[in-house]
Amino acid sequence: MMNRIDKKFEELKGKKKTAFIPFITAGDPDIETTKALILAFEKRGADIIELGIPFSDPIADGPVIQASYHRALEKGIKVTQILDTISTLRKKTQIPIVGMISYSIVYKFGNKTFVEMALKAGLDGLTIPDLPIEENEEIFDIASKNNLKIVCFIAPTTTNQRMNLITRKTQGFLYYISVVGITGARDTLPEDIVQNISKLKQLTDIPIVVGFGVSTAEQARMVGKIAEGVIVGSAIIKEIERYEREHQEKLVENVGNFVEKLVIGAKS
Amino acid sequence: MSITTSKIRTSERKNISETDNFSARMGHFGRFGGKFVPETIMPALDQLEEAYNKAKNDPAFNAELEYYLREYVGRPSTLYYAERLTKKLAGAKIYLKREDLNHTGAHKINNTIGQILLALRMGKKRIIAETGAGQHGVATATAAAMFGVQCDVYMGEEDMRRQALNVFRMKLLGANVIPVTSGSKTLKDATNEALRDWMGSVKHTHYIIGSVVGPHPYPTMVRDFQLVIGKEARKQILEKENRLPDYLIACVGGGSNSIGLFHPFIADKEVKMIGVEAGGIGTGIGQHASTLTSGKIGVLHGSVSYVLQDDDGQTLPVHSISAGLDYPGVGPEHSYLKDIGRASYVSITDEEAVNAFQECTRLEGIIPALEASHAIAYTMKFAPTLSKDKLIIVCLSGSGDKDSFEVAKKLGYAI
Repeated sequence: MMNRIDKKFEELKGKKKTAFIPFITAGDPDIETTKALILAFEKRGADIIELGIPFSDPIADGPVIQASYHRALEKGIKVTQILDTISTLRKKTQIPIVGMISYSIVYKFGNKTFVEMALKAGLDGLTIPDLPIEENEEIFDIASKNNLKIVCFIAPTTTNQRMNLITRKTQGFLYYISVVGITGARDTLPEDIVQNISKLKQLTDIPIVVGFGVSTAEQARMVGKIAEGVIVGSAIIKEIERYEREHQEKLVENVGNFVEKLVIGAKS
Repeated sequence: MSITTSKIRTSERKNISETDNFSARMGHFGRFGGKFVPETIMPALDQLEEAYNKAKNDPAFNAELEYYLREYVGRPSTLYYAERLTKKLAGAKIYLKREDLNHTGAHKINNTIGQILLALRMGKKRIIAETGAGQHGVATATAAAMFGVQCDVYMGEEDMRRQALNVFRMKLLGANVIPVTSGSKTLKDATNEALRDWMGSVKHTHYIIGSVVGPHPYPTMVRDFQLVIGKEARKQILEKENRLPDYLIACVGGGSNSIGLFHPFIADKEVKMIGVEAGGIGTGIGQHASTLTSGKIGVLHGSVSYVLQDDDGQTLPVHSISAGLDYPGVGPEHSYLKDIGRASYVSITDEEAVNAFQECTRLEGIIPALEASHAIAYTMKFAPTLSKDKLIIVCLSGSGDKDSFEVAKKLGYAI
């Protein structure tokens, strides 16, 4: 069976459309809302979901995502509970879901066990931000045998030599971290993003997705012009934070509206 | 707790040397260590590793480091025969390696001088550091002041409250102390925040990690800068006793003073090594920081090591009266030494440490840091079980002046 991520990018390529990928934290504000948000995002036109598995000591994430991890953990969210929720969701949706997870968690379960658990739950891929290519031989082997995609990262600081290695390793898509930031109103994208992405396109045909620092529909539109996909995380988490005291329905409605604007931006 | 006699078998010896070669490339100590960090800082770690490998083989770098350690830090530190403590315990003969006599009052400066020299070689204009008790922060701010480099120190809000004096010292030294309000507001959170800063600032900033933890090359590099403790101690004991010691005892938080003392003796199979962890107020979750004695293998802050984690890999809360030992991880090389049986690890409670703090002060006129008090407390239990011809070297890693308020509070004195 073709992996849902590959299938999605193939479909989008045919339509010449950019993938919009919202990021949310599993269990923030609670796991039932997470479920409702994923279904709502799909209805609003999101193509893939990036689901953050909360970790107590994230180093790759900014303060907004860290705070949402903290809120979810405070409520006692467990990894198995998140995977169970994805299983239930799979009865209602076939949207590709990529889990973002710290290697601290994967290591605890063991590479093989965790890959099996993820597949059984219905995850399509994993991004493990604290696992560089040098350390992930084993999980790559296990995952590729099982059709689970391990998505690798490229940063603006990545050297040409590493770009070569990483573009060959990544599966599903390539995650470009625009860490130098494109926050705030701008008419153009920072030079290095444009340059690096064109450099990457010479190295690989795999879809390139830009994340970190994209927060408005306008930025999503600009990124959509040069990359195959856009990830928005912190800005969506902030919206969730804004409505966390409201009823679930109202929260999902409002955050859904926000995501829809980003979808329109990314696809225009 | 009993001490397992550890004899290096030939195969283990082979392991150690193989690991040394392997670690030079990948930073693994057996199954421990590694580089588990975001891609953003991988190139910086590669650059650091390359610069460090060049520097450590450069006579000019070593001469410069030696100069500052001698003229500025005041090395060599003495190996002092603790006569009254020895007599009181009526067992093994006890020597104290006096790292408290270093400039800034602890072993931390050995590492910060080394790393700042390296940062200057790499052309980095700014230094960042994390600190728990504030000792590493002060040592970093001191070196930064002396070399005229901009310095930002991340410190948990809770630790800033507990160690207000060190916060003031860092500010006097011209450092900017940045309060960390996330998570438990202690050392691990300060480390997260410093790593995050570095992700966005690697081009012009060097991150001085204060212990033998974190991703490669830090555990190896920090160890190398702390080797001076063990190298001096080895030479000094041979001069004084004409033989090697039977036991080395040192406290272990991240593990930099202990690895510094232990490492030059690793090949001397007759020398046994004991690391002392913080037993806190009990064995329950959040009551202690005994990572090696009760933790499991996991990943934290960039390396595989023993960690205090739950079944999901989430970091557990820790406690110790000593802010310097209050850390849920430990250096990967200690995990390795534990696994191959070359070193053993025990734990000491807050109460035993405070008791040792007072005993050492009264008997020797030396106020030990609460961290080092853990090593002394274990020595007080252990030395009486040994015969008088045995020799122990205890690493007195720092001065306890900084802990006076905390101990006064514990003993019910109002200052």
